[in-house]
Amino acid sequence: MKKHLTAAVLAAALVPALAACGSGSEDARDQAPTSGSSPAAKAALTVTDPWVKAAPSGMTAAFGTLVNEGSSDVTVVAATTSVNDTTELHETVENEDGSMAMRPKEGGFVIPAGGSLALEPGGDHLMLMGLTEPVEAGTTVTITLTLGDGTTTDVEATVKAFDGADEKYQNGGEH
Amino acid sequence: MPGGPRWDRRRVLRTGAAAFGGAGAGWSASALVANGSAAAAPTDGPARVVGPSAGAETVPVVGTHQAGVDTPPQAHLALVGWDLREDAGVVGLTRMMRLLSDDAARLASGTAALADTEPELAAHPARLTVTFGFGPRVLRDLVPAGRRPRLDELPGFDRDRLDPRWGQTDVVAQVCCDDPTTLAHARRMLVKDARTFAQVRWIQQGFRTARGTVPDGTTMRNLMGQVDGTVNLAPAEPDFDPLVWSGDDALAGGTFLVVRRIRMQLDKWDRVDRVGREVVVGRRLDTGAPLTGVTEFDEPDFAATDRFGFPVIDPASHVARARSADPRERFLRRAYSYTEPDPARSTGEDSGLVFLAFAADPARQFVPVQRRLDELDRLNEWVVAIGSAVYAIPPAAPQGGYVGQQLLEGKSTGEKSPS
Repeated sequence: MKKHLTAAVLAAALVPALAACGSGSEDARDQAPTSGSSPAAKAALTVTDPWVKAAPSGMTAAFGTLVNEGSSDVTVVAATTSVNDTTELHETVENEDGSMAMRPKEGGFVIPAGGSLALEPGGDHLMLMGLTEPVEAGTTVTITLTLGDGTTTDVEATVKAFDGADEKYQNGGEH
Repeated sequence: MPGGPRWDRRRVLRTGAAAFGGAGAGWSASALVANGSAAAAPTDGPARVVGPSAGAETVPVVGTHQAGVDTPPQAHLALVGWDLREDAGVVGLTRMMRLLSDDAARLASGTAALADTEPELAAHPARLTVTFGFGPRVLRDLVPAGRRPRLDELPGFDRDRLDPRWGQTDVVAQVCCDDPTTLAHARRMLVKDARTFAQVRWIQQGFRTARGTVPDGTTMRNLMGQVDGTVNLAPAEPDFDPLVWSGDDALAGGTFLVVRRIRMQLDKWDRVDRVGREVVVGRRLDTGAPLTGVTEFDEPDFAATDRFGFPVIDPASHVARARSADPRERFLRRAYSYTEPDPARSTGEDSGLVFLAFAADPARQFVPVQRRLDELDRLNEWVVAIGSAVYAIPPAAPQGGYVGQQLLEGKSTGEKSPS
């Protein structure tokens, strides 16, 4: 299943990127498919049930469950997608007046070893700002997650119409 | 809760294995102690050994057929008819079927749908099945001629009093489940995800006896009190496959669905006594046996006469008129009763039958039978068709694909990712 891309699989697909950021060796191209020894191959981050809320323009959000099957913590520090300019990692917090608002998550999303982190409406999520094209139900969006070690993971997220997930942005906007 | 139902853990394992794509077996029958008091106090007497809870049962998609056709009928039905929005086209229908097929596969395995706002309502699948179909207009306009199965609208029948409100739609989903809450959730999820692409024209709800009320396999009774569906195709008989599954290469593994919404005039039926009621149908009300027989499945003897020389089974009775000498004029009946509040009617409600029939070729198998009933059937005095539609039921989704993909995209694209 495409959406269960693991870092190990991606290590094979993204050899140039790995080499560029120094975490892969010169012969990574040959080793990657079978190598179990590189740190990237062991950072087994998968994303189950990734999805994006449909939106004609402006902003939207992406959700799913980040699963860390590895033996050390994994941090998602950044994300980009195929449909927008700026993607932020958000958490939802309670304002002083008791209302809920979202704001960028300091230090990114940390997924403990052997644990998982749910990105869901009303909680942590990826916020997609500056949509460059309509995000239409029934299509997919490619999301690229950048991990703390500089490696990246691609995720195919299904777009669904969804009436919720209209949390207030802490600075006033909505998405 | 120590000593609690042991099947919980098994259910988790099962849904994990069968969560996607319909792979994996459904519930494997095994005897389990699931009775709370017996489990808590085994010394009180012999433990009551029961099967897995009905709510945990799943109907996996097996082979090339969608589930919900040869599946023993569940207790509840929601038949959803959609009209595609004008701008939907083949792109919209493809997207819709991707989303809905994914919903159906997850929900049928007892897993929440993607972006499910009420995931707890998916926890008890209770044999949920979702069977999708396309109407004639979809085949004509959105399926290329080279892979288009032949499907004509049903012909008009003189006695029909059709209301467009219950008429032919572009897409249908037959959603069946033994539990009405699970069913309502699945229906809502499908309708939500279809909304971008299509408008609901009707939802036909129906019911049979509740799970466990009568032994499995008992022929249903309709709301006129009749045993309804005695003459039916059983998956075990050799005629089942050729009469149900399409022989058309374009629809291999698929079938066709005839939907007839049949209103019963129960206020008029109230005026008919038991003898009259049995004459109308040609069967006994208590056993469902033909008037010439003793048990339900006895063959009617249309030549038998009474002491005055009159036929025991009236030649104009329903059983006589529905019978065909041609063994090809048979189909798989999977009907549900309906009753809706209707204060405008003297009875305060509108009751009848959502007649569902699956056939490899409705024009050859169903239409001749309906023509005969339309010409003459004593039962017509009390029943009238108010809705009529026909659909092509595609085969099961290809591995990793969606239902209808073989028609919309061709067979070579079966390996595409579902989401």
